[in-house]
Amino acid sequence: MAYSEKVMDHYENPRNVGTLDKDAANVGTGMVGAPACGDVMRLQIQVSDDGIIENAVFKTYGCGSAIASSSLVTEWMKGKTLEEAKKIKNLDIAEELALPPVKVHCSVLAEDAISAAVEDYLKKRAG
Amino acid sequence: MSVYLDNNSTTALDPQVLDAMLPYFKDIHGNPSSVHRYGRLTRNALEQARDQVARLAGARNEQVIFTSGGTEANNLAILGALSHKAPAHLAVSSIEHASIIEPAKSLFKKGWKLDLVNVDSGCYILADNLKSVISEDTRLVSVMMANNETGVVQDIQSLKQGIQSDQILFHSDASQVAGKLPLNFNEINIDMMTLSSHKIYGPQGAGALIANRSIELEPVLYGGGQERGIRNGTENIAAIVGFGAAAELAIKQLEETQKHLRSLRDQLERELAAMQNITLFAAESDRLPNTLQFAVNDFDGEALLMLLDKKGIAVSSGSACQSSAGAPSHVLLAMGVKPELAKHAIRVSFGRNNIAKDVQILIEALKDITLIQHKSMCVG
Amino acid sequence: MSNLKLPIYFDYSATTPVDERVAEAMIKCMTFDGNFGNPASRSHAFGWNSEEAVEEARGHVAALINADPREIVWTSGATESNNLAIKGVAHFYKKNGKHIITSKTEHKAVLDTCRQLEREGYDVTYLDPEPNGLIDLKKLADAMRDDTILVSIMHVNNEIGVIQDIAAIGEMCRERKIIFHVDAAQSAGKVDIDLEKMKVDLMSFSAHKIYGPKGIGALYVRRKPRIRLEAQMHGGGHERGMRSGTLATHQIVGMGEAFRIAKQEMHAENDRIMKLRNRLWNGFKDMEEVYLNGDFEHRVAGNLNVSFNFVEGESLIMALKDIAVSSGSACTSSSLEPSYVLRALGRSDELAHSSLRFTIGRYTKEEEIDYTINLVKQAVSKLRDLSPLWDMFKEGVDLNSVEWAAH
Repeated sequence: MAYSEKVMDHYENPRNVGTLDKDAANVGTGMVGAPACGDVMRLQIQVSDDGIIENAVFKTYGCGSAIASSSLVTEWMKGKTLEEAKKIKNLDIAEELALPPVKVHCSVLAEDAISAAVEDYLKKRAG
Repeated sequence: MSVYLDNNSTTALDPQVLDAMLPYFKDIHGNPSSVHRYGRLTRNALEQARDQVARLAGARNEQVIFTSGGTEANNLAILGALSHKAPAHLAVSSIEHASIIEPAKSLFKKGWKLDLVNVDSGCYILADNLKSVISEDTRLVSVMMANNETGVVQDIQSLKQGIQSDQILFHSDASQVAGKLPLNFNEINIDMMTLSSHKIYGPQGAGALIANRSIELEPVLYGGGQERGIRNGTENIAAIVGFGAAAELAIKQLEETQKHLRSLRDQLERELAAMQNITLFAAESDRLPNTLQFAVNDFDGEALLMLLDKKGIAVSSGSACQSSAGAPSHVLLAMGVKPELAKHAIRVSFGRNNIAKDVQILIEALKDITLIQHKSMCVG
Repeated sequence: MSNLKLPIYFDYSATTPVDERVAEAMIKCMTFDGNFGNPASRSHAFGWNSEEAVEEARGHVAALINADPREIVWTSGATESNNLAIKGVAHFYKKNGKHIITSKTEHKAVLDTCRQLEREGYDVTYLDPEPNGLIDLKKLADAMRDDTILVSIMHVNNEIGVIQDIAAIGEMCRERKIIFHVDAAQSAGKVDIDLEKMKVDLMSFSAHKIYGPKGIGALYVRRKPRIRLEAQMHGGGHERGMRSGTLATHQIVGMGEAFRIAKQEMHAENDRIMKLRNRLWNGFKDMEEVYLNGDFEHRVAGNLNVSFNFVEGESLIMALKDIAVSSGSACTSSSLEPSYVLRALGRSDELAHSSLRFTIGRYTKEEEIDYTINLVKQAVSKLRDLSPLWDMFKEGVDLNSVEWAAH
């Protein structure tokens, strides 16, 4: 399978790999996918009091496109409000990385990871 | 010294084709299904060859399905298109190659109705004869584009137009036509067409079925999903690359080749016509530029072949696949030629490598042989 | 490292390069000065020379497996051999019964053919192998019925390299008068095959797995007791009517030469390859969470199939772009499914997704093994740093207890 240059770049130099304290009040964690499907993405955001995403990190088990998709969204999310982050759609990701059709599910997974992380943060705030 | 005049049976590999193939034996040896770089390189080569063969066929690259040769392509056309359907009716011409007739017969044994459509004395399939066997039940018609023995070229476009039905698939075996006459699959508007690599100075072991994407083809071989799952099995990359290179050359050299072949054939025909006791077959018909079939009357064909071979001249009595059977040519019989005469038939098929001197050598040899025969007959 | 040619080829089970000696023999047949004729042309010397070359090659193939040359039928490859054997027997002997036994770890060419026969009304039993990849002979015996006409079991598995006990299965089949087909595409030239002794009725071979050309294979069809087949490719009646189509002389000659070389060199070559394979495994086996797939003892010399847990196979292959390896069999690797062979062994999905197959062959060098061990260690460590599953494993989370948001 031929990968685009952007996928290769993110895969070889993944941005924002890491782990945040999942119990911290200002951290939201989204984990999507399943080992059986060959992809698991964990996306974490750290949100400031005024609702801006200060930091975003990920770890991903999956193919190069899955790793690139999650690396890309951490870059995109930083500095955005939660509302803005939720507007990132899988098609934007797929287009940016020039994903082939068989890999579009990776971008879907990344979009799901964003929602899950935001939901988790909001749930903590509400609780 | 040897003179090879059996190019409808197989052609010698063009040195340029061999050069194109060589890297794929050793250096570029991947399996096209593999993800890694070795696999990718062979996959690219496969697709380039597909483009080249598509251009030769006048088709689009996605219409090309690579096979192990013309026989498999013909089997795929008949069995692949029909074996998953409820038994109905198919019609093939009576002069088809065995790789059409035999799969058709195997369907017949499974309950299909089969018509073998006859040719006239000029080796033509008549549109009216074909139409007369077509019914609502007909699912497929196969008529070869040019006959391997007589070289007679059928008017496929008119035959196809004569059958106004979307229900009926039209297949044509164009193995003998490629490289000798222009091909235009999409213009003549048929559904499937067969090509073979080793008839156009490519290697043995590669062929193609050109098929419209809309046709549901059941594989003849099941397996790893290659060629869209229609033709499974690891692709024979070197041979396919060679097929592609041969197709490219065939396109480039078509006009020149055609002229060259025609001049040799016409020269031989003139010389033969001037001799006594010679019968030319289908000489009035529209033929491939390289093919000529004749008989020396009352001279046993088998013996003549052997005597010519002793002199280093390779010709054939008909198609190679039947030349071990010893029976008279089914094509000539279908044209109404008497069995006694048909048994004596000799086919000469010229190729790119032949030169004018080859014609002279053949003529001299024929005169020699037939003269000795006459003498010995007189003495005996 | 500077003298290594990259990428290093570790995919000899997918296909092998053509041996120099094979290429030479083939080229001789392809040019005008050589044997380029159509071997079916009986009327001239061009045809005869080709026929002689074809028969010589048939002899070489027969010699490697101790068979009679008349028992060798040429085909376009192992896929066609498998199709011809299985469909050919099923169609010819259908009056005797319609039950077939095979295993879940066979090559697709066998499995898909069996599925087609199921659509035609045949009944197929797919045996589950043991976790080490081997067939339990008792389970095979239990599956045999009065209407069983065919057993098809591969000799060496293409993914995990395990060697089945073909001799024993042959005895079981002969005793019950069941026809026995063996796909030997991966074993010829690597494991001893003696068809005088082994009670195998049909055996499939491929040339391009043992340094011969692509596009040519053979099917061994036993003469005593005689096995009959219904032809699958119809036409000019080549190969005693069992397989029609012009024989590609240069390819047959190439296959013959490859088999001749294999007979001469296989034992020495196996020793060398086994050493390299063991060196590679020794380089991996002490890493954390590394699993060997398939039995180690009953295994062909050149195969190593390893799962690096918590690392996904495709991303691992991407990290290893300096080596050419495969995750699962080449024919299925463009799909996203994990290897069906590893799944049949009962491997978890994670482990199946994390597998790499290294296959070592004639041109593999020791430096390449050492370079690869290093490269793989680095890549696995990098990807585990990226893997949330590795984190969880390190934290002691049981992954099976997690409720995954399947998507």
